[in-house]
Amino acid sequence: MSKHLQKPPGVPLREEDFEAQRVLSVMYRPKMRYSWATGVAIGRFLKGLREGKIIGTQCTHCRRIVVPPRVFCEWCFRPVNDWVDLPDTGIINTFSVSYISTDTTRLKTPIIPAVIEIDGTTHAGFLHVIGEAKPETLKIGTRVKAVWAESTKRRGSITDIRYFKPAEWKP
Amino acid sequence: MLEGNPHYQRRSRHSKQQVRNLQIKKRVAVVGAGMTKFMRRAQETGKELAFEAVRQALDSCNMRIEDIQSVALGSAPDAFDGVHMKGEYLLDGAGAWGKPYSRSFVGGGTGVFSLIHGWWHVASGLFDTCLVVAEEKMSSCLPHPQTAFLTIFDNMIERPLGPNLIWIFALEMQRYMQTYKIPKEQIAQVAVKNKRNALDHPSAQIAQKVTLQDVLNSEVMAYPVQRLDISPVSDGACAIVLASEDVARKITDSPVWIDGVGWNLDTTYWTNRDLYFPRYVANAARMAYAMAGVRNPRKEIDFAEPYDPFDYKELHHMEGLLLCRKGEAPKLTAEGVTERDGKLPVCPSGGLLGVGNPIAAAGLMKICELFWQLRGEAGKRQIPGDPRTAVAQAWGDLMQIGTVVVMRG
Repeated sequence: MSKHLQKPPGVPLREEDFEAQRVLSVMYRPKMRYSWATGVAIGRFLKGLREGKIIGTQCTHCRRIVVPPRVFCEWCFRPVNDWVDLPDTGIINTFSVSYISTDTTRLKTPIIPAVIEIDGTTHAGFLHVIGEAKPETLKIGTRVKAVWAESTKRRGSITDIRYFKPAEWKP
Repeated sequence: MLEGNPHYQRRSRHSKQQVRNLQIKKRVAVVGAGMTKFMRRAQETGKELAFEAVRQALDSCNMRIEDIQSVALGSAPDAFDGVHMKGEYLLDGAGAWGKPYSRSFVGGGTGVFSLIHGWWHVASGLFDTCLVVAEEKMSSCLPHPQTAFLTIFDNMIERPLGPNLIWIFALEMQRYMQTYKIPKEQIAQVAVKNKRNALDHPSAQIAQKVTLQDVLNSEVMAYPVQRLDISPVSDGACAIVLASEDVARKITDSPVWIDGVGWNLDTTYWTNRDLYFPRYVANAARMAYAMAGVRNPRKEIDFAEPYDPFDYKELHHMEGLLLCRKGEAPKLTAEGVTERDGKLPVCPSGGLLGVGNPIAAAGLMKICELFWQLRGEAGKRQIPGDPRTAVAQAWGDLMQIGTVVVMRG
């Protein structure tokens, strides 16, 4: 390091001292709630899920079919009005086998998050999880199909698709 | 795939046009640098950390705060600190009282971007000097700052799935590994190298000798990401003093020049991209190289400090920075090319994996390293052979921004 900076400043605290409150600290827990409007495009996408359909959009200029849908094409920067019903099948674009939950607690049974490239799109897809599968049998390119929640239990949420499961190839 | 689409190529050429249109009035030099220790939990507040780093930077070039005309600050989300308007909160410690001051934030890319932000203050001719400060105190957020990170996932269609921050890295790493059939051993080699390099860094938080087996046997978090593939949570601050050419020559005999800057963002619809290659980093690198007159980065760049929050990211970014062919970085690392005494030293500082990862400060730490290396002041970490040209890069947001700076000694 620079000749001017032999001993960098800063006092590290030991984690044990902090947890045992041997170091003075002030606690604060924010209480905030949000209610997000879904917007035009995602609203229509979620309504589609409630009806058991995956909805995408197509740009009339670059012809790209994408999901999740949007009301504009970010490439062409034009409005998009063409809504496309897509199949509930696709391939695994990439996946992971996660042994940690949202709050980093350890899981005995791993979750398998994956990006699913939906059939009929221009290599577009969304994040979801894989079920009914052994992690070691999965690879990029594995064909998958959506497993839907019962129609009465669907409420217009991404979790209306419970998970994607490996599927047979049907041309 | 997408890159083959002529429409996409048309749009990606914009970065070259942007460079051609640049009206740069002054050449900008780095004349001083300072940094605190990087640590898991600092006693100091963010303001105090910023103050210490600034004081070190000013002392290193014998300048006073009165000599500073403007201040550019970089710091990551307010949610880490639980303090809104963090830029304003940090103002006094950053030496910005009564000065033109602003804060920039582009996720993990902030550290290097804050230098670009300050560079523009001087390059435009508006100011002769600018102080660049990057501060991060992540430890305040309980139980773990990754909870604050989680809100980067889409609030409508991703967060209900209960994602974890590590997922996106695991997904990107998997795509990268499977595209080029990269064995995990070659990737783990980066963690071994960087943690070892950091042993020579006085500010380092988790410098240690680990073996390849240690990395491969460490706990699996989200396959293929394991415990030792990840950089730690850190508190720390860095500061840099910038000056225009005429002023810099009065301050020091050995200024380090910022000859090229570039930044570029890809879409937030990250599931619509192919994650195997960071094309936004390549766009940013092309912009910076064009500005710096670097025609062949593989030959002209003497060493690099790419962003390495995870070990595979260093490799991913070497490819994005066009320092090797696509998919070639793991091989070069395994061959020892990227060691400190190799042909292309990469992360000679020890990087985020060794020195630590206080988000914004980690990026500016890379600029500090370029400054010290190019001046021959890096001590035990000094790269042999008098390096002249180097590149630093940071990355962030939703895996979508590349910030690149080319510097010459």
